[in-house]
Amino acid sequence: MSRRIHLMLVLIGLVVAWEGLFLYAGEEALRGPLETLQDTAKLLTTTLFWMHFGETARAFALALALAVCGGISLGTWLGFHRLSSELFVPMLIGFASVPKVVLYPLVLLAFGLGFPAKVAFGAMFGIPPIALSTIGAVANIRPVLIKLGRVLGLNAISMARVVLIPAVLPEIMTGLRLGFSVTLIGTILGEMFAARRGLGYLLMTAIGLHDVTLIMSLAFVLTSLAVSASAVLLSVDRRLRQKF
Amino acid sequence: MLADAATPLVTLRGITRVFPPIAGGGQPIHALGPLDLDLRTGEFFAVVGPSGCGKSTLFELIAGLQQANDGTIAFEGKPITGKVPDGIGVVFQEDSCLPWRTVRGNIALGLRKSGLSRAEQETRIEHVLVLMNLVEFASHYPAQLSGGMRQRVCIARTLVMEPRLILLDEPFAALDQQTRLLMGEEVLRVWRSTSATVFLITHALDEAAMLSDRIAVMSARPGRILDIVETAWPRERDSRILEDERFGAISARLWRLLRDETIKAADAH
Amino acid sequence: MHTRWRLTLARVLILLAFTGILEILCAAGTIDPLTMQPPHRILLDLVHLLGSGSFNRAIARTLSNAMIATSMAIIVGVVAGSLIHRIRGLRDALDLLFSTWYAVPVLAFYPLLIVIFGLTNLPSIMIGFMQGVVAVIVTTLDGLDRVPRVLRKLARTQHMTTLETAWLITLPAAAPWLLGGAKLAVVFSIIGVVASEFLMAREGMGFEISYAYNNFDNARMYPLIVLVIVFSVTVNSLLLRWEARLARRRGLKP
Repeated sequence: MSRRIHLMLVLIGLVVAWEGLFLYAGEEALRGPLETLQDTAKLLTTTLFWMHFGETARAFALALALAVCGGISLGTWLGFHRLSSELFVPMLIGFASVPKVVLYPLVLLAFGLGFPAKVAFGAMFGIPPIALSTIGAVANIRPVLIKLGRVLGLNAISMARVVLIPAVLPEIMTGLRLGFSVTLIGTILGEMFAARRGLGYLLMTAIGLHDVTLIMSLAFVLTSLAVSASAVLLSVDRRLRQKF
Repeated sequence: MLADAATPLVTLRGITRVFPPIAGGGQPIHALGPLDLDLRTGEFFAVVGPSGCGKSTLFELIAGLQQANDGTIAFEGKPITGKVPDGIGVVFQEDSCLPWRTVRGNIALGLRKSGLSRAEQETRIEHVLVLMNLVEFASHYPAQLSGGMRQRVCIARTLVMEPRLILLDEPFAALDQQTRLLMGEEVLRVWRSTSATVFLITHALDEAAMLSDRIAVMSARPGRILDIVETAWPRERDSRILEDERFGAISARLWRLLRDETIKAADAH
Repeated sequence: MHTRWRLTLARVLILLAFTGILEILCAAGTIDPLTMQPPHRILLDLVHLLGSGSFNRAIARTLSNAMIATSMAIIVGVVAGSLIHRIRGLRDALDLLFSTWYAVPVLAFYPLLIVIFGLTNLPSIMIGFMQGVVAVIVTTLDGLDRVPRVLRKLARTQHMTTLETAWLITLPAAAPWLLGGAKLAVVFSIIGVVASEFLMAREGMGFEISYAYNNFDNARMYPLIVLVIVFSVTVNSLLLRWEARLARRRGLKP
């Protein structure tokens, strides 16, 4: 109940800050909240937008699938295999700290301009946080639970189903939430540099043309999408944590 | 200095503590009292009681960390009001060593405002290091010490302030039984050599029976004092009094007083 | 200690083997020299470029911008975190904002910052700051939450003033988390600054890479990419090591 009030207050605060920035920076640089809303509504009626949106959605879905599968498998392997984890986890952490945009020429050279490149870009962003959270989750399984499974004589499959998966789920969920967000950012960045279609590309052309209206509407759409998806995942995350 | 029954060191009169209800409704919690108690100067006094009976609340009231809703507490005749009085040293149940300071640094913490010269401070610190057998660990960090050693550091940090009343809140609860007995001996030794008054909260009946001159037994919540058991041990004593037949009798008496209250407390949960 | 060195050695060998494979692939012509130059060539180019000093301006600009962004993020983050920690309601309200902050594609706002502030250092610094500050706030809150209650009580039994409590108890107790937040601020600020330079700037390492790429100047691009990677990994691992040492001394999980 009070959560909703807090949310409202934050939203009002943001809108006020936005309006204030608009008054300071002026028509040249920004659009006000109300105008942006109208512009966005208009944008949403164009087929052009939906064409690019569909393209981004497709690339993102694939990138996310890759990031989730890749991240969880990598994390499970490193989480259970001690030597590999000691060898490779520092490398993974190192990779996570690299500004990945500078790698985009490499991705482009490997995949060429277009769909595969932005998928690769998205997945590249998403894999490290998912893998790292999976490693953490596996490392945090209480040893007594595994002993319990062995005492109960569970085979590998039941062990995974009854003990391991429920034990790691909440923590992996946190990684998935983060992974979801950064995969989306990665995909859009990939489109900005390495594609001829998609919302990222549209944003890049708008930047090139100094089309403030389009920039604002796109930034608004992308932010609302990303934030609401993240908020939904956050509530799932919290529910899981309460349950276990 | 021997016990002076005429002027108590601490007096509690009609002490009551009620906690406001937890946010989101519910009843206020009547934790303690009304309760009267006198601590005699120089005695070793213990409080036992079922869990949740308000022992720690009583402790924090005397330490000046909480304020009573009703009643008065006085230390050396002066009322305690929401501030830890000078002359009271406090040792907590949880490890309260500052992990970023060495043993010496932790002990020195107590002397920041003592007004003593550097040399005097050093002398005092050396003295408690010797007293608590910590000399060779003076430059260790707490993480390098066992739980028992860390609790010794906390006691040393209190002693360096030369308190007239030492409050101990289940200081050995996290230690194993053997270490506890030996730590108990140490506290007895310190008590004898400093002539301070000791007020100990514990849930271990044997610990209370072995260490104390007097033991207050508290009821289930709201905590009241059911009875005060006098042990009549000599001032020179150590854990070997566990063999004494009176020790068994005292422990048994404590348990007889506590058994019903413990059941009551367990049912209330 | 011994095993740690062996592990480091093994990691170096793995990287060398990987580089070796690239070298062979390049030599065999499997990788077109127009696509990528052989690793030894990249290394030579890097040495040459660093020696010639032609990157010094770019490096200096990126470093100074990242440093300004980091310091701003740390100072603002710690102060804001400490204030928010005191006001329960504010914290609940901002919680959602903080937990969804990193979902926002901040770079999408970079062009707007350029329009507002011009093509100066400021938009880059702002992006780096925005990337870093929330991580610092969140870790500060976390650190302050974890100051054991018994230490706050200890402060009262030791008659400490508010300032003394902060200086002697709260800040040191929260230090491992504050350091963790500072580490994130450094990493995120570097990422934000380089990425924004890459997108649009007049100078900086990110700009140089994108410029070299657009001009098919492999002799400049690859050494620069290697430089950025080596730099960020080095900074990150140094900070991690410091963090681990602090945690060990505190008896926290390494």
